[in-house]
Amino acid sequence: MQDRLIVSTSPHLHVRESTSRIMWLVVLSLVPAGIAGAAIFGMSALGVIALGIVSAVLTEALLEALTKRKITVSDGSAFLTGLLLAYNLPPEVPFWLPIAGSVFSIAVGKQVFGGLGQNIFNPALVGRVFLMASWPRYMTSFTRPLAYDAVTQATPLAALKEGKALEGISRLDLFLGLRGGCIGEVCIAALLVGALFLLIMGYISWHTPLSFILTTAAITFVFGSNGLFSGDWAFQILTGGLILGAFFMATDYVTSPLTRKGQIIFGIGCGLITAVIRLWGGYPEGVSYAILMMNAATPVIDRFTKTKVYGTG
Amino acid sequence: MRRYLKEFARGIFRENPTFVLVLGLCPTLAVSVSVINGIGMGIAATFVLLGSNIIIAMIKNLIPERIRIPCFIVVIATFVTIAEMAMKAYSPALNRSLGIYVPLIVVNCMVLGRAEAYAKKSGIASSFFDGLGMGVGFTWALVLISAIREFFGSGQLMGHTIFKGFEPAFVLSMPPGALLVIGLLLGFFNVLKQRKGQKEA
Repeated sequence: MQDRLIVSTSPHLHVRESTSRIMWLVVLSLVPAGIAGAAIFGMSALGVIALGIVSAVLTEALLEALTKRKITVSDGSAFLTGLLLAYNLPPEVPFWLPIAGSVFSIAVGKQVFGGLGQNIFNPALVGRVFLMASWPRYMTSFTRPLAYDAVTQATPLAALKEGKALEGISRLDLFLGLRGGCIGEVCIAALLVGALFLLIMGYISWHTPLSFILTTAAITFVFGSNGLFSGDWAFQILTGGLILGAFFMATDYVTSPLTRKGQIIFGIGCGLITAVIRLWGGYPEGVSYAILMMNAATPVIDRFTKTKVYGTG
Repeated sequence: MRRYLKEFARGIFRENPTFVLVLGLCPTLAVSVSVINGIGMGIAATFVLLGSNIIIAMIKNLIPERIRIPCFIVVIATFVTIAEMAMKAYSPALNRSLGIYVPLIVVNCMVLGRAEAYAKKSGIASSFFDGLGMGVGFTWALVLISAIREFFGSGQLMGHTIFKGFEPAFVLSMPPGALLVIGLLLGFFNVLKQRKGQKEA
């Protein structure tokens, strides 16, 4: 009888949620975008995704084995990092690029800080920015959609930055992903399916993505063209990595604020930086830099949006 | 003699100015793009360190306590000027690539730190060995950092290409690369130190 009485402290009721369950469901929600990317850019996109995932998982296992810690690759977080990194790469890159990116993401973006839950910056974005600064030549040559023959084409945002007119890409093309761009960012329709799934399941809240996207749209609408209040805000939402970043990377549990108010501040900050980089910065796209900068601001946001205990302050 | 040897050895590892005391990071971050730069900066700093340590140990009783920092700076600046003029005369190319960071040795915390923490209360000979040890420690740290950055950032060592077809990670030649490499090396040496501490305990 003695051993059947379990004595423990509260809480006594648990839900089945766990870190690994959430991670694998986020991976699941990203699958449509990957399939769309492979359909648009061909099989080489799948190869990049596979290399990114495998090297991220292997790096995590290896580093944890070397430092004699519990190997936690089954929680899916390294898998997700590798997947997100690959989604942020152009479809035709040399095979070592996703490997270098994943190793850097996991080693310097995550394990150096102590592993999952300790990292300050989103690991996948750390890897992407490292690749961008190291091998810009490969990171900025994009292939034409549905051509499957590695014909390069500028992304709509890059074309806009150079002041060129956009040749014949309709809103529907942008929504379906028929444009040059990174593997996982192009197909807005597939990304929205995954995002809707996460929103309905309650794994992400609407606060960060909505404030992020609305801020970007508002600023590009006001300042996006020669006159005020005449910018092409819908184009700005549908191009670049905004949807992928807003729903899947700005909502990372570890590196974004905890409270609803904080998440809205985080989203507005991301939107502001993204729009400023797109309109006046040196790069055509600023989503990843925006999220990384706001990651750095997250502890401050958390401190100032901490819920007040009732009756104090 | 053994005592001097200990003074000398201290700067090389146990109190390495870059990896343990973390002093003089400004030139370390700025010039460590190539091994040649690293050696040049290391030698220049070692020369200044030796000169200032010896002179300050000599005149320590003449320096009034309340204005000791300006006095140290005057001594250090003299040696920096000598080093800069010599470099300009004998290797103008190196001087051009080190640029403003040669005159900036004047405000290098490592040099001032040794004057303040060591030379002003020690004898001439031990100050000499302290300066030499710190200088050698600084130089090897700089050479290590710049070798890593030069190899991975531009695929070269001492200006020679090592592998054909190796695509260097350009970021390591840029300022973020310096911070990354120094951060990782600091972590690495801390781990070594911890391991050693555990063994002794």
